[in-house]
Amino acid sequence: MTHAGGHTERVKQRTHEGFLRHKHFMFAQIATALCVVAVGVYFFTAASLDEPPSGGSWIGYILGTISAGLIVWLACLGIRKRVITSGHYSLKAWVSAHVYLGLSLTVLATLHTGFQFGWNIHTLAYVLMMLVIVSGALGIWAYATLPQRLHGNRGETTRKQMLESIESLDRQMHDVAQPLDRAGAELARMSIEDTELGGGFWTRLTNGYGNCANRRAAARLRALPPASNPAQAEALTKLEQLMQQKAEVLALARRQMQITAFLEGWLFVHIPATFALLAALTAHIASVFAYW
Amino acid sequence: MSELYKVAIIGSGPAGLSAAAHAAKKGLSHILLEKTDHLSDTIYRYQKGKHVMATPVILVLRADADFDAGKREKVLDQWNQDIAAAGVNVKFHADVKAITGEKGNFTIELTKGDPVRAETIVLAVGTQGNPNRMRCDGANLPHVQYQLDDPGEYTDEHIFVIGGGDAGIENALGLAADPAQNNTVTLVNRGADFPTAKKPNVDNLFAARDAGRMTILTECNTSLVEPGWITVDTPQGSSRYKCDRIIARMGAAPPRAFVEAAGIEFSGPDRTAFPTLSPTFETTKAGIYVIGALAGYPLIKHCMNQGYDVIEFITGNTQLEAADEPLLKDKLKHLPGNRSVADWLEFLRSRVEILNGLSPLQMREFLLDSEVRAYKANEPIFIRNDTGSSVFGIAEGAVKVEVDPTNPNITVPIGQSSIFGEVGLISGRKRGSTIRASEPTICVEIPRMAALKLMSQVPAAREAVQRITTERQVLQIFKSGLTPADITDVLAGAEVIDVKPGEAIINEGDISDDLYIIRSGSMIVEKNLGGKPVFMSYVPAGSYVGEMAMMERTPRSTTVKAAIRSTVVKLPAEPFRALLGRKPELAKRMQTEMRARQEINAFIESQKEEFGGAVDMYSSVANFLIKQGIGEATDVLLIDESLCVGCDNCEKACADSHDGLSRLNREAGTTFANIHVPTSCRHCEQPHCMADCPPNAIRRGPDGEVFINETCIGCGNCQRACPYGVIQMDKPPPKKPSLVEWMLFGRGPGPGQPDNEWRKKAAKAGGAESPKLAIKCDMCSGKAGGPACVRACPTGAAIRVTPDAFLSVARIERTA
Repeated sequence: MTHAGGHTERVKQRTHEGFLRHKHFMFAQIATALCVVAVGVYFFTAASLDEPPSGGSWIGYILGTISAGLIVWLACLGIRKRVITSGHYSLKAWVSAHVYLGLSLTVLATLHTGFQFGWNIHTLAYVLMMLVIVSGALGIWAYATLPQRLHGNRGETTRKQMLESIESLDRQMHDVAQPLDRAGAELARMSIEDTELGGGFWTRLTNGYGNCANRRAAARLRALPPASNPAQAEALTKLEQLMQQKAEVLALARRQMQITAFLEGWLFVHIPATFALLAALTAHIASVFAYW
Repeated sequence: MSELYKVAIIGSGPAGLSAAAHAAKKGLSHILLEKTDHLSDTIYRYQKGKHVMATPVILVLRADADFDAGKREKVLDQWNQDIAAAGVNVKFHADVKAITGEKGNFTIELTKGDPVRAETIVLAVGTQGNPNRMRCDGANLPHVQYQLDDPGEYTDEHIFVIGGGDAGIENALGLAADPAQNNTVTLVNRGADFPTAKKPNVDNLFAARDAGRMTILTECNTSLVEPGWITVDTPQGSSRYKCDRIIARMGAAPPRAFVEAAGIEFSGPDRTAFPTLSPTFETTKAGIYVIGALAGYPLIKHCMNQGYDVIEFITGNTQLEAADEPLLKDKLKHLPGNRSVADWLEFLRSRVEILNGLSPLQMREFLLDSEVRAYKANEPIFIRNDTGSSVFGIAEGAVKVEVDPTNPNITVPIGQSSIFGEVGLISGRKRGSTIRASEPTICVEIPRMAALKLMSQVPAAREAVQRITTERQVLQIFKSGLTPADITDVLAGAEVIDVKPGEAIINEGDISDDLYIIRSGSMIVEKNLGGKPVFMSYVPAGSYVGEMAMMERTPRSTTVKAAIRSTVVKLPAEPFRALLGRKPELAKRMQTEMRARQEINAFIESQKEEFGGAVDMYSSVANFLIKQGIGEATDVLLIDESLCVGCDNCEKACADSHDGLSRLNREAGTTFANIHVPTSCRHCEQPHCMADCPPNAIRRGPDGEVFINETCIGCGNCQRACPYGVIQMDKPPPKKPSLVEWMLFGRGPGPGQPDNEWRKKAAKAGGAESPKLAIKCDMCSGKAGGPACVRACPTGAAIRVTPDAFLSVARIERTA
């Protein structure tokens, strides 16, 4: 392809790899090398000392600086993801680096502590960091396993189509309910007005809709005494079918929301913990230099 | 002996009645012969209430009968009045059988009654009596008709109108006009565009389609007519529809036998050729003049002007200026050489090959649409990457093409009589190279629509363009320093063939050895392995197939069939082998490419033994992609569903890099075996969206991206034309607060396309409303890092590929 000034340079991907395999695990190799070197140097130094080198030793400072730098840089993924600039960057590469370098912190920061823990701000920063990493590992698991289920569940139905089919079923129920007596009409109203599709995060995550209005309405519909005339009977049968259809669409949509909740859930720990970590880290560094 | 008239006018259409009116006004002895019992049968047979148009608008009417746009009935009434007022001598029921005699004493034999004698004859019989017939199987069935008198006659029918000219469009509109008739109307057009139809007709057609009153099938041909059914070949394959009536309006050809019997010669052997005429409309038979549609001129205004003019010519006024003379004079006045308009017309017609087949009259019409320009030596005619879709013909001088963008000194000459810029006709791409005049040069610049019209009306012009295009394509594909002289023999036997989707051009095992060039569309190569067709490779337009059998004289090793509707050029093997013998460099080059292809074939064949499943997988994935229209894509966004976490960052990135509107819908679209094809532009090789863009705002960029420029008027034609639903009509939302403000203070809607509620509120606060325009993917043209959707995908699920690249990636990955 020819390149003339001012034109888009096409970056054609000849290989197709996910974020974990990015560039033949390049960042996994870098992170591993970093850990191996850190462990080697640390224990080589430690061999000549009475007790393991703490954060205050020269190796401790180096590890601490690297770790703090990494933490700040890793947190920047949140910005990188949202700032769409025109340069040559790949968010996939960033995520790949984020994952492996983030995991390497378990080694680097642990060595930095010199295995000295206590009830203080320093250990709090460490614990928060581990919380961020553990939640991140959960995220890796989710990203590696859930996409298949996410797409397998919805097939080619989009979110919008699911909502539209529920709306359409509600309209049909409304029409069908017109000839019904009070008890029947009340059940149609209950399914149309009281059914909650999503709900809170926990409900979505656990798919806990035991109290679903549509389901209750359907159950009570079946329990109704036999209809007084054929028109009523027909309307009731129709209504029951519609409720059944609605239950199926609801189940599909809720499964979709459940998987999405799993895919997002870990972020509810990962992101707040990151902010807490940044605060604790600032305090840790400030206190170390203040009491030096 | 009956009276000898000064002039007999045969046919009382717009041309004939105008001639008769002028003859009457001048006091000339005359007779107007009409075979029916009313004037102007063609207009009379227009459907009731049809609106008759008066195009071209810029042309002044010069006639003794009045004419203005209006309903059929009003136009006919006007003419009846004018003819009566002028005192025209009309003879109805006068069906002319033969013309004998010489100038000064012609005898016109009629089927009924005494012959008519005249000194001169004006033949204005038009072409309506000789409609082009359908040629598929079943075309003779009784429900196929070539005329529609009263659209109100038919109710509750499935009606197919064949033909995208004015007649077809007007019939279809008439049939669909009244919903109470409950007709299901479909218009079938052979091309993607409607180049021969008047613009208001085309606009009304699309409006009717949008209102859901009819269906339009473009790029379609009828392949079979059965009682109650019609089968149509579409670009995606063949479809059978319910059909109670077919109205075929595919144009008409001159009633040649009758005209030739009078001693008049035609300009060529084609069925659709016109009589050869002098600038005064005189035929090769002295004393007989031809005007109107039979002269190649279908528009009413021109016909009427010609009627006036021909009487002036017959009475000896040879100095008469044509009605369009001032327009043409103005157009040509800046040119060097001081020629008259007639001289210029002849100069261009005789010196530019594609114009050779035009009559002087057609030249006049043609030139109204085109421009003639003079260039100094070395003056650029167009620059590489300029937008432009016009074609240039060289009337004098020569030009040079700068084939190497890095070195303007490497040029290829194009000489007088040839054309350049013809690539614009096919795909609307930007100019591929800079072209300069190599000496003082005069070129005629033909706009795309005028060129398409020329090609559809003048077969000789179409052939000339085809031949030049083929020659250039062969030179470009095989390179190796070939010159046009080298390939003369090869091109002599070249044949352009249209291939239906799924149709094979080469069958495995056949003994044939021709070489094929794919001009448009794309091909898939399959091999039968273990009783199943296995997909081997994908061949895009601009490549060749069939070289193995040609070079090695072996039976065909694979089957090659069209993925979508395609056009191929068949090059005969013998002259090509001779060419290879003369050009060892080309032979070597083709040998190398053939080896590479053979290796791929052998590779897949070997994999078949070991990984039957993998090859099947590969075949079915490839078939899916081709079915999804990716056969016509040049670049397509795919999402690997085993990696996609549904974060929609691709959509957000798209919105944030394009005025806040996302041009892709990740969730929508189809999926097969983990590969999801989202609703997003495929940048088709022959973009459907480009077909009918009034401001010509849809262009192709230097990297193949199809984009809409700022001249979009928001008409929505492209949105309706796109079969993949990737174009939306929308207005850019108001500017959002910055990302920092959103992150720190929660201001604004955050990254991505803002929701409608926010947009409405912000727009109200902002005040000014902007119009809705067409919006589609531009492949992030001008952004250094490439498409934002791919860059912004956190997991690597989103990829953009060309079909061939994807398939080769798939092969390596699946079988590794």
